[in-house]
Amino acid sequence: MPTAIIRPMKTSWLHRLACAVAILIPLAPLPSAHAALTIEIIGTGATQYPIAVVPFRAEGGLAQPVTPVIAADLARSGLFRMVDSGGLNPLPHEPQDLNYSIWRARAADAVVIGSVSQLPDGRYDVRFRLMDVARQTQLAGFAYAASAAQLRLTAHRIADVIYETLTGAKGVFSTRIAYIVKKGKRYELQVADADGHGAQTVRWSDEPILSPSWSPDGTRLAYVSLERKKPVVYVQSLTTGQFQAVANYWGSNSAPAWSPDGRRLAVVLSKDGGSQIYFINPDGKGEPRRMTFSSAIDTEPNFSPDGELMLFTSDRGGSPQIYGMQVAGGEPRRLTFEGSYNVSPRFSPDGKSFTFIQRNGGRFNVAVQDMTTRQVQVLTDGSIDESPSFAPNGRMILYATEVRGRGVLSAVSSDGRVKQRLSEEGSDVREPAWGPFPK
Amino acid sequence: MKTLLTVTMVLMLVALGGCASTPSEQAGAAVEDRAKPGGPPPAAVAKPTPDTGAKPLVDKPLGAAALKDPGNILSRRSVYFDFDSNLIKDEFRPLVTAHARYLQQNPGAKMRIEGHADERGSREYNIALGQRRSESVKQMMQLLGARPDQIESVSFGEEKPKATGHDEPSWAENRRGDIVYQGE
Repeated sequence: MPTAIIRPMKTSWLHRLACAVAILIPLAPLPSAHAALTIEIIGTGATQYPIAVVPFRAEGGLAQPVTPVIAADLARSGLFRMVDSGGLNPLPHEPQDLNYSIWRARAADAVVIGSVSQLPDGRYDVRFRLMDVARQTQLAGFAYAASAAQLRLTAHRIADVIYETLTGAKGVFSTRIAYIVKKGKRYELQVADADGHGAQTVRWSDEPILSPSWSPDGTRLAYVSLERKKPVVYVQSLTTGQFQAVANYWGSNSAPAWSPDGRRLAVVLSKDGGSQIYFINPDGKGEPRRMTFSSAIDTEPNFSPDGELMLFTSDRGGSPQIYGMQVAGGEPRRLTFEGSYNVSPRFSPDGKSFTFIQRNGGRFNVAVQDMTTRQVQVLTDGSIDESPSFAPNGRMILYATEVRGRGVLSAVSSDGRVKQRLSEEGSDVREPAWGPFPK
Repeated sequence: MKTLLTVTMVLMLVALGGCASTPSEQAGAAVEDRAKPGGPPPAAVAKPTPDTGAKPLVDKPLGAAALKDPGNILSRRSVYFDFDSNLIKDEFRPLVTAHARYLQQNPGAKMRIEGHADERGSREYNIALGQRRSESVKQMMQLLGARPDQIESVSFGEEKPKATGHDEPSWAENRRGDIVYQGE
């Protein structure tokens, strides 16, 4: 059995993006030719906020310049249009350097300026200001002390502040995603930044791994591995790398989902015959508590953000449909009625809707249903879309799809307008799960 | 205790004969398989069953060698299913019956039934579909006298496809339950 390790798999990334208005963001420096996840953006938001991100003072000498990461984050959201900051000499780094008439002429509504300087302890002081061009005022400004290894994370945090200041929603650029990569016969559970950079292999096996699920505090992953010649649910710490089987009962064990307080896992066990939903402790101790009692398939549990409701997939009515039930008890209620195949429900972070996969003809697509009105919106048009999960701000949905016979990760905005594609060359990526906000 | 067990087994066999396929069909299929051309003679064969509708309660026990003997039905390990179905089709009943009898005659033998599903749809739902298939095979074997603790039914869902195409012939190949004996 492979030992649990967290080790960097990729030291460098090709990060290329182009937005719909054909503005090319400069490429990040490429320390090696080890290309991996690339992000392609299809479509844009209804309105795009024009913003200029001016290269920070002294960032040119860094192994990881900060502003290309900030600009890429903002552009990837589809909600910003990047305004060219070229041709200025000297570049503005402080508010008093700004000639607002230039930015008005370039139709920028906001300008990001800043600087990087080395601290006596070797770390870097990274500071930025978000300036309003029309009012000529500062909208936000922060300074960060970061080690060289933390410069990307710092850039994501700056992008989060800009995003939140200008759109009102929290940014998700400093969050992480988990997914499975299939490389030949080998399966790797990886965790990466939301932009696909910094991927680490958390666990690998020659048998399939599936269904990664983030603990609410982002420190642990639950997942299913077939390494024991049957599905077994594991929980692994992302800080120590240690893992343990938490559901290894007679039969199959699968579909882990964390309760919002992190104190229990919903899992699907077949120990009593049939796939039914049980609650267990995340350390695997104690007796499973059976939650559903049907002679049908009950699987894919998911908790509402307040922990009071549970969604799941069941074919008790003859076809797989999504049901909801009170965790405290009560009869499950069928929620989906359109079509004969609705599966893989996941609540939105505000609990007001859920995303799921709906089969339409022979296609499987990501859809969203409102909990109150039951109105359904189909967001994607691939042929095999799977495993949708919301970003923690509810603005994007990450899912797996297939392009030319191999699995790729994609994301779609919850209004369906912006689509991103993340793909790793030469491999098969699937089973994505978007992690929580960092605590 | 032993008498009770025997009576229970008789009742189960009668129940199965009544609700599923007739004893003569099962015997016929088993004979046909034994006589399959090309295969070497079986190392050990079940006592020929007179086609009277009566079932023998005790056969000459088969050794583990029979499991690998290409001429023996016990070497056949896959039960195929229709789309979205866990019904064991008539053509696979002799196979399931033979393995159930083997378990009954070899109380120390244990097996895992691995359910599979085709690639379409949710991975977790497909784990459950494969599970339902493997449990369906297990239930039939239990009715035929195997002990529940001799059989663990599990599922690989769509994760370990035998056929990797994206068409109906491949999907049909992957809607399957495989019998794997302990130690194999």
